[in-house]
Amino acid sequence: MYSIGVIGDYDSICGFSALGFDIFPVESAERARKELRALAGGGYGIIYITEPFVEELEADCALYEERPVPCVIPIPACTAALGAGEARLKRYVERAVGSDIIFGEQ
Amino acid sequence: MAVLNVSPTRMELTRMKKRLAVAVKGHKLLKDKRDELMRRFLDMIRETKELRGRVEEAIREANHGFALTAALLRREALVSALMLPKQSVSLDIASKNVMGVEVPVFSIQQKTPGEDALSYGYAFTSGDLDNSIMRLSKILPELLLLAQQEKTAQLLAAEIEKTRRRVNALEYIMIPDYRDTIRYITMKLDENERSNLTRLMKVKDMMVEKQIEIRRRQAGH
Repeated sequence: MYSIGVIGDYDSICGFSALGFDIFPVESAERARKELRALAGGGYGIIYITEPFVEELEADCALYEERPVPCVIPIPACTAALGAGEARLKRYVERAVGSDIIFGEQ
Repeated sequence: MAVLNVSPTRMELTRMKKRLAVAVKGHKLLKDKRDELMRRFLDMIRETKELRGRVEEAIREANHGFALTAALLRREALVSALMLPKQSVSLDIASKNVMGVEVPVFSIQQKTPGEDALSYGYAFTSGDLDNSIMRLSKILPELLLLAQQEKTAQLLAAEIEKTRRRVNALEYIMIPDYRDTIRYITMKLDENERSNLTRLMKVKDMMVEKQIEIRRRQAGH
């Protein structure tokens, strides 16, 4: 049995606690990195991270890409949308196909 | 032309031919695998992209509500309203095999299923908060599906990359190398054959010449 964690600034993630997710409010990328490491090794199956932190923790997120667990997923923060989630999908397409043939259409 | 470092013998030739056959067969299989993986991957990415759009939209709306609540309420009130959640989830991860890639399948169990999962009374909070939480709990299944699909896409992309490398290595390096080596050994063997033949002819000529010489000498006497 795994748990689901959410990392981000408090205002963006407070609502998830009502769903039963464990929330980990952080202010700095450094704290976020620590939390991410702790969660990844601590029985969390899915870790949602708000976009601003995903961008700062690019290398740390990449660490978990090849493993089946945990699954690190970007979600939008309450500040402006950055499109980090879509950029990630785009990267997968580029990796698999060699060039982006899906997101370039628009 | 890249010839492998082998001695040009008949035994090597048979071995090379066998390896070439295996390589060609493997190449065809891997190519089929790559094409099928690619097809599934592209379907999955299109689906995921749509799903992500929906989920992001919903989260943004919910965040909007939270921002309004945060503006209306004192921060302590908001924090205390959400401090002790009634709901808790546990996640179950099974795995599914997609073309030889193990991908996760998520399912969750909630402690208190249903809509009534608010951890606070209505007295001290605003309706925006209730709406936002409802909105989030409505997209919970999609949030989960998004995680599952993105992980699957991630793993498939890695597998496709690996398979593509293998296909290319077979197609552009291994198979041509085997072909060249087989050609080289065949030519070398043919050359040996020819040199042997010429040698025999030469020896025969010499023997015949000798015989003629002997006959001539006998006739002269």
